[in-house]
Amino acid sequence: MLRVIGKRLALLVPTLFGLSVLLFLWVRSLPGGPATALLGERATPEAVARVNELYGFDEPLLLQYFTYMGKLLQGDFGTSIITGRPVLEEFATRFPATIELSVVALIFAIGVGIPLGYLAARHYGKLLDHGSVVLSLIGITIPVFFLAFIFKYLFAIQWPILPPDGRQDPRINATHVTDFYVLDGILTGEYDAAWDAFQHLILPGLALGTIPLAIIVRITRASVLEVQNADYVRTARAKGLMEKTIRSRFILRNAMLPVVTTIGLQTGLLISGAVLTETVFAFNGIGSFLARAIFELDYPVLQGFIIFIAILYALINLIVDVSYSVIDPRVRVQ
Amino acid sequence: MSTVLPPAAGGPTSPTTDPTLAEGGGTGLWKDAFRRLRRNPQAIAGAVIIGLFLLVAALAPILAPYGGEELPGRTEITPTNIPGPGELAEYPLGLDRFGGDVLSKLIWGAQASLLIGVISTAIGLVGGMLLGLLAGGLGGWVDSVIMRFVDILLSVPNLLLAVSIAAILGQGPYAVMIAIGVSQLPIFARLLRSSMLSQRGSDYILAAQTLGLSKRTITMSHLLPNSVGPVIVQATLSLATAVIDAAALSFLGLGGGVPQTAEWGRMLTYAQAELASSPYLAFLPGACIAITALGFTLLGESLREALDPKTRQK
Repeated sequence: MLRVIGKRLALLVPTLFGLSVLLFLWVRSLPGGPATALLGERATPEAVARVNELYGFDEPLLLQYFTYMGKLLQGDFGTSIITGRPVLEEFATRFPATIELSVVALIFAIGVGIPLGYLAARHYGKLLDHGSVVLSLIGITIPVFFLAFIFKYLFAIQWPILPPDGRQDPRINATHVTDFYVLDGILTGEYDAAWDAFQHLILPGLALGTIPLAIIVRITRASVLEVQNADYVRTARAKGLMEKTIRSRFILRNAMLPVVTTIGLQTGLLISGAVLTETVFAFNGIGSFLARAIFELDYPVLQGFIIFIAILYALINLIVDVSYSVIDPRVRVQ
Repeated sequence: MSTVLPPAAGGPTSPTTDPTLAEGGGTGLWKDAFRRLRRNPQAIAGAVIIGLFLLVAALAPILAPYGGEELPGRTEITPTNIPGPGELAEYPLGLDRFGGDVLSKLIWGAQASLLIGVISTAIGLVGGMLLGLLAGGLGGWVDSVIMRFVDILLSVPNLLLAVSIAAILGQGPYAVMIAIGVSQLPIFARLLRSSMLSQRGSDYILAAQTLGLSKRTITMSHLLPNSVGPVIVQATLSLATAVIDAAALSFLGLGGGVPQTAEWGRMLTYAQAELASSPYLAFLPGACIAITALGFTLLGESLREALDPKTRQK
């Protein structure tokens, strides 16, 4: 197993290498050149010349690439134009917020999606089934930022039961140890702070989780439908096994394989959704920071972020592949 | 014949497999698929939605009371009061914060969204098919190089890829089209290639080879036509994604143009501040995006079912 993981990580190297070349060329092919991209369009020629010298943009391309790669490998992703702080530091302070949000979204999507998909398949053709099909169709076609607006309007403005934006009520003077606000509140015993942070997570979490939810419902439903008529399920019934055992050990377990793939894929995609959701809820995570970087064309941030996401994406896929062999021993990772 | 054949392995695989659709003669794949589509209410619903939006988009100059960027109600709005739907007879769906007529903007927005959706999907489809055809047809090192390139593009989530491309190209509708098109390219390339590879061992290819047909003829007139099914289905579904992604890119400020540009995603950007007082400014364009995407999704999924050999029992 360890060898497999090592091999997969090694395969990641050429992809990341290719990506780094593309990103390198990307910033250098920007209109007006990289210096203008760094300084903005109103930069004076002197400032452009100074930046060119400072960053070595006047050196030969190949040399520039090696310098850039060398810095990347040391974890130097450059400096954000917006905040003037190192890109990696900006990510590190904001990432916990996005992880918290993603966890809430995933718990919602998996916790509701698998049971709903399973029940829909068990009641195939009945009202519950039709309802879940329609709901999941709506979930797939509704843009996540529109959904965020709807939730915000309904539950924070029309019936103000939840906070409309932010991560925590600024009036609460909470101590932060880990930057995971809910966890911080629990660790320090400030339970009201934890509760408040959690309330701030509900609306964006539900909005972010709806698309994965819709997809998980569909895949679970289709997969259970496929499995529940399999020969081995019929055999198990014929043997007189308890229905409960058949459902949990035979149907659900075998139906989970495509569902796990889907969950993995959707986890990787959460980050795109987070860019939009966090913007609507003014949630200070990595997503809303990226949205700002896009708006203000903060290239070092965009560049660093893409590499960061590519690595994260690859790791998630690796975890999915490894989890296959746990769920289904027939799939021996080779 | 349908009574002799056992149901496809695993039983029902799709939500609306209708047993009455199983009859059918020995017509061609596409003709057969089209007949199934016509009888599928889901497909009809999708087609009606898309048809309606296409009509609105095409007739925008006639239907829209005002131009897309016109601000006819500039004198009617104050910072604290924006007339909503039904409040003023000239503006049935109300005004936005700039003084634009919401109805007109929605109509022009249909044109913008459909145009971006169709063109970007066409870019992705043509580019992806070209890459897939080269990879699947030539094989060898060409295949390896193309597929590694596709892997790199796939290593970044779609929307972020589109965002980065739009950022290089500068802000504007063309940048959005190209960006979304390129971000969709990998999936078409992969689909066509794998579909071609799976067809390669078929008997009819062997027969064509035995007849001494050239490799080019076999690839272009035998392999390709038999491999495009999944690609066409994906293209229909991609139209939905393209409309949503285009809205997302404009929402993030990559659409370019003046702030009051009539584009659904852009309308949502500027609806944020007035969400409490004028929620319709967010709901109307949002619903338009969702309904258009729904239309393409319904159509695409019906097409998938109609072409799926598992559900296509003759």
